[in-house]
Amino acid sequence: MKVDIKNLKFAYNGRDVLRNLDLSIDKNEFIGIVGPNGSGKTTLLKNIGGVLEPGEGEIYFDGKLLRSFSSKQIATMVGALQQENHVGFDFTVREVVEMGRFPHLSRFERHDADDDRAVEWALSVTDLESFSDRYVNQLSGGEKQRVFLALALAQEPDLLLLDEPTSSLDINYQIKIMETVCGLKQEGITVIAAIHDLNLAAHYADRIAMMSEGRIKVLGEPCQVLTQRNISETFGVDVEVKNSDPRDLVHIFPRRTASIG
Amino acid sequence: MSQDRARPKAAFLVLFLLLGLAVIVGVVLGPVNIPIVDSFFILVNELPGVEIGNLPGNYQTIIVGLRLPRVLVGMLVGSALAVSGTVMQGIFRNPLATPYILGVSAGGSAGAATSVVMGFTSNLALPLGALIGALLAVSLVYRISYTRGSTSTYTLILAGVALSSLFSAVTTAMIFLAGPYEQHRVLFWMMGGLWRSSWRWFQVLLPVVAVGAGIIFSWGRDLNALSLGESAAAHLGVKPEMVKKILLGLATAISAVAVSAAGTIGFIGLVIPHILRMILGPNHMILLPAAALGGGIFLIYTDVMAKMVMQPVEMPVGVITAFFGAPFFLYLLRQKIVGGRMR
Repeated sequence: MKVDIKNLKFAYNGRDVLRNLDLSIDKNEFIGIVGPNGSGKTTLLKNIGGVLEPGEGEIYFDGKLLRSFSSKQIATMVGALQQENHVGFDFTVREVVEMGRFPHLSRFERHDADDDRAVEWALSVTDLESFSDRYVNQLSGGEKQRVFLALALAQEPDLLLLDEPTSSLDINYQIKIMETVCGLKQEGITVIAAIHDLNLAAHYADRIAMMSEGRIKVLGEPCQVLTQRNISETFGVDVEVKNSDPRDLVHIFPRRTASIG
Repeated sequence: MSQDRARPKAAFLVLFLLLGLAVIVGVVLGPVNIPIVDSFFILVNELPGVEIGNLPGNYQTIIVGLRLPRVLVGMLVGSALAVSGTVMQGIFRNPLATPYILGVSAGGSAGAATSVVMGFTSNLALPLGALIGALLAVSLVYRISYTRGSTSTYTLILAGVALSSLFSAVTTAMIFLAGPYEQHRVLFWMMGGLWRSSWRWFQVLLPVVAVGAGIIFSWGRDLNALSLGESAAAHLGVKPEMVKKILLGLATAISAVAVSAAGTIGFIGLVIPHILRMILGPNHMILLPAAALGGGIFLIYTDVMAKMVMQPVEMPVGVITAFFGAPFFLYLLRQKIVGGRMR
């Protein structure tokens, strides 16, 4: 799905969080959003997901106005994965993933074969088939995050919004989640992900949008955006950026100021 | 593992059997000893199109005029309390939430006490006062918690607790001001019981509880989604504020009517949803109708005990529900702590 954001403004309690933000995302693109805390990444994702209503400006899905859709219709097109997830009761993995069919079902409708197929697909993509009868609350953080990714996939979305999906995970689960999400591009899913870890963003995103104070400051391929100058201007830190051939991968290292030992 | 859950079909079969048995037990057992055969024929005689002659008239009055409506009112009151408890626990994602948490019982008591002390002597005055008090308390709690288009569940609970203590103070003041006869009436009502059950009460309760619970059942999936947190639910197309408003409103309405019919009967709204969730799992599509049956069954049986334990004196059924509910709840709590996980 193609996403166009035009002149988006959003304010929380009178404080501007997004200021005249413009961004266009192509179908099947994986776009990484980086930026310091409080730069508006989560707010942007929530506006795109239709959970927050923009103060001004418009968002278009394949040329159609986002606010012309109902919240249930939006949920059949957009799935989201948040950083922290919690299940209130002892639901099993399958029960939680089945909740992803909510937007596809009317109030009195029962699950049909299509719903079951979507749930099975979501469980298999996230490698959770053998977990399906386990209680979500008894899983590790990384496993739980995969359950919530499966929940979003069971919605059969065209667009996936990830809000720092791997920040609290160890490197094994970080890679598992990112690899799974990258594989979804083949399924025709567009991905917009706010990512704290610049190296992770550089490694997986097709393009990177660097945000600062509610605007997109730089937009482009990772090696163009993640330069020493951009990073130091936006985050206020001094880093060393190394490019490695042949894929033009960027590696970012902090410069140590404290003496070692 | 989910293997430790009961299969819903089997569970509903058992619940329906228990309910049928409860109705029979509730009709057959009572301070006046009526032979089972007579009770049976009197009940069958009530079915449409059946006419059995030669039935003892005084037994007929006891069974059809007193015991049957009492059993049916008990069933509806128990259902209403258990369903609204399930809703409250689901919305607050807290297994300790009860229908009384938003001030239904404190408001109801204050309203009942006020109506009695103000000298209204009609039979309708006390339950009507209770209903008004309950709805007033809960709407105040909503008003206070509602800011900028949303209600925080924490604020709701805290406001409910604070306003409950205010309304309790009103009740205490009213009882203090009342004469001995009025004091007796208010205290009797507050203990909770099904003494006033009648066909009239059944006619009032049936539509309210049936329609209220029916609508609540159809929102089970929304309640499931809400247990993932409001933000995750919103991404599934759920409107958290609307779900909260509609479900808390309906749960309050049915529990307020139940309270005005039977006073404040504790522990049903807390214990029944909790036990059924342990047996059937947390899926509200199953849990809500199961709670309706379970609450009804529990109150019918405990009311029979209330009638029988200290014959010919009747105990307030609230004493019995607490007597069974509290230790059982503590036992479950203990099991869970020992078992290593909460919820």
